[in-house]
Amino acid sequence: MSLLEITDLQVGFDTEDGLVQAVRNISLTLDEGEILALCGESGCGKSVTAMSVPRLLPPGTTRLSGSIRLDGRELTTLPESEMRKVRGKTVSVVFQEPMTSLNPSFTVGYQIAEVLRRHEGLSRQAAAKRAVELLELVGIPAPARRVKEYPHQLSGGMRQRVMIAIAVACSPRVLIADEPTTALDVTIQAGVLDVFRDLRDRLGTAIILITHDLGVVADIADRAVVMYAGRAVEQAPVAELFARPRHPYTLGLMNALPSAAVNGRLAEIPGMVPSPLSDPDQCAFSDRCPYAQADCRASRPPLERQGAGHLAACFHPGGQS
Amino acid sequence: MILRIDNLVKHYGPVRAVDGLSLEIGEGEVLGLVGESGSGKSTVGKCVLRLTEPTSGTIELGGTDITHLSRRAMRPLRRDVHMVFQDPFSSLNPRFTIEQIVAEPLLRHKVGDRREAARRVAAMLERVGLRREMARRFPHELSGGQRQRVGLARALVLEPKLVVADEPVSALDVSVQASVLNLITDLQRDMGFSCLFITHDLSVVEFLADRIAVMYLGRIVESGPTAEIFAGPRHPYTQALLSAAPVADPVRQRERRRIVLGGDVPSPMDPPPGCRFHTRCPLAYDECRTSEPLLNDPRGGGHPAACHLVTADRVPDAAK
Repeated sequence: MSLLEITDLQVGFDTEDGLVQAVRNISLTLDEGEILALCGESGCGKSVTAMSVPRLLPPGTTRLSGSIRLDGRELTTLPESEMRKVRGKTVSVVFQEPMTSLNPSFTVGYQIAEVLRRHEGLSRQAAAKRAVELLELVGIPAPARRVKEYPHQLSGGMRQRVMIAIAVACSPRVLIADEPTTALDVTIQAGVLDVFRDLRDRLGTAIILITHDLGVVADIADRAVVMYAGRAVEQAPVAELFARPRHPYTLGLMNALPSAAVNGRLAEIPGMVPSPLSDPDQCAFSDRCPYAQADCRASRPPLERQGAGHLAACFHPGGQS
Repeated sequence: MILRIDNLVKHYGPVRAVDGLSLEIGEGEVLGLVGESGSGKSTVGKCVLRLTEPTSGTIELGGTDITHLSRRAMRPLRRDVHMVFQDPFSSLNPRFTIEQIVAEPLLRHKVGDRREAARRVAAMLERVGLRREMARRFPHELSGGQRQRVGLARALVLEPKLVVADEPVSALDVSVQASVLNLITDLQRDMGFSCLFITHDLSVVEFLADRIAVMYLGRIVESGPTAEIFAGPRHPYTQALLSAAPVADPVRQRERRRIVLGGDVPSPMDPPPGCRFHTRCPLAYDECRTSEPLLNDPRGGGHPAACHLVTADRVPDAAK
C-alpha cells in the first residue's frame, strides 16, 4: 500500500460562469520517501490536485469528490477539527512566495516554535531550541542568530528555507511544495532543491513537487505526472519520461523549451487550452495535437500502460497511427 | 553603433543599482543582458529609455548623447527606441482597444494621417499574428501570449532602431513562450532592429542573443559572443550561473558538476570591497578582497571578464 492514494479525484469550483472543473478523475499514488512532480502549464489543475490533500481549497465553492487516503485513512470525509491535526503535522505545505506566507510581525524563530507548540505540545523553551535545529537542518548559517530575525531581514532564498523549516517542524509524512523555487534566482534555487533532496534522504519525507519547470523535474523528481486541462495525460519514472515521452503534449512541452531549438526555431504548440467549463467526450488535446486522428475526437483516450510504471492517455502514443 | 553606454552609474539613494557599466550594441545586434534579481539589469534598460535619470556616465543613441537631454529634446528620439515589458497586462491601458494601443505611438509622433495610421496598425497586428477581429478587443479579453504580441506591435509600429525588452517572455507558459520567442526572432530578422534583451533566463538568451553580457551587483562581469560564453565561460560567476540552471534531461542533469555558491547576494547598498563576487566565489584569494578586477580581455576574442584569475594562458574553473 502506498503512503498516499488519490483515487478518481474531481474538484470543481462554483463560479458566476458555472461549474469550473479544475481536476477531472485524477488517480495517483505517492510512496514513502518518493519525490513526485506534478507538472503542466498554468490552469492544468496541478496545484488544485495537491491542495486537495490538506484540503486547502475555498470551502464554500469547492465541489470535491473521489477518495484521498493517507496511511489508509480517508481524508475527504474527515471532520474539520480532525483535519486541522493532519494539516501541518502529517501533511504540510511550502508555498511559492515565502514573504506572503510568513507573518512580518513575528521573528522566524517564533513562527517555527508556534507550530511545534501547537502540534507537538512542546514547551516554549524546547520549541525555541528545536527551531534553531530546524534552521540548521535547512542550511541557514548562524541559526542561533537568525531565529531572532524578522522575515524582512532575510533574503528570498533564506525565507524559503524558513518556510521549509516550518513545514518540516513536525516531521510530516507528506510535504507539498507548490512552485517552491519559481520566485528564486537559479543560484539560490539549486541550494533549496538540495534541501528537499536532503530531507527526503534523511527523514524519508515523501514530497509532492508542483512545478512548471521541466529542468527542476529532471533534477529532483523520482516520478512525474504531466497534467493537461485537469487530467493526468502521462505519468512515468523521470528517466523514462524524458527518454521516451509518449503523450504528444509531453513531447510538445519538451520541444518548446528554448534549449530544444532546431535550426534557430522552437517547436510551438498551436492553439489554446480548452475551456474548463465544458468537457466534450474526446481527447482534450486533440485540437492542438499534430498526430490527432478521427478516433481522438470520437472518444476520450484512457490512461494506458506504455511500459514499467509508464502510463499515457493517448490513442497514438509517440505519434504512431 | 546604435547604443553606446559608457561608465553608467545609477544610484537610488544609498542603493547602487548600476555602478559603472559600459556596453555597446551594433546595428541589428541582439545583446542579452543577464543577471539575477538586484543585479541592476532592469535599471540599465530604464536608463536607456530615460525612464529614470542616470546618476552619471553617458548613453549615446545612434551617435547622439541622450544622457541629459530635456524631455522636449528627447521626444523626437523616442521614435527610435521602444520598450517591451514583462507583464503585458499592467503595461497595456485597460480602457483602450488593441487598435488604439498600437496606434498610440503613431499619433504621438504624428506619423501620417488617420488612414495611414489605421493601415499601419492593421499591418502590424497581422505581422505579430493577431487576427483582424482582435483590433476592437480590450486587453482583458486576450490571453497572456496575445497581450505580449500587442506589446510587441506597439513597440515596433514606429520601426524603431532599438528595442529594449525586459523579461518579455518570463511570465508566459513554455508553449506560449516558444511562439513569442519565434515571433521575436522573425521580427528582428525582417525589421533589422537592434535589441537589448534583459532576462534572468540563460536558455532564452542562448536561443536568441548574438552576444551576452552578465551582470552582478551593478557591473558587467563578463561579456562575449553567445556561443563562446556557453562553451567556455571565463568568470566564476558565469560558470556558477550556467551550472545552476537545470537542464531538462535527467541523465545529463544528474551527472553535471554543479557549482553551489555559498551565501547570499550582498546588498547593493553596500557592495563588498575588491571583487564584488569575492564573498561567494569558491576561488577567491587575498587580492580579490582588496583590488577590484577590471573587465579585461587578455585572451582575446571579444570576450572580456572581470576576474583576477583570467589571464592570457589561464581560465579559472570554479567547479574545482
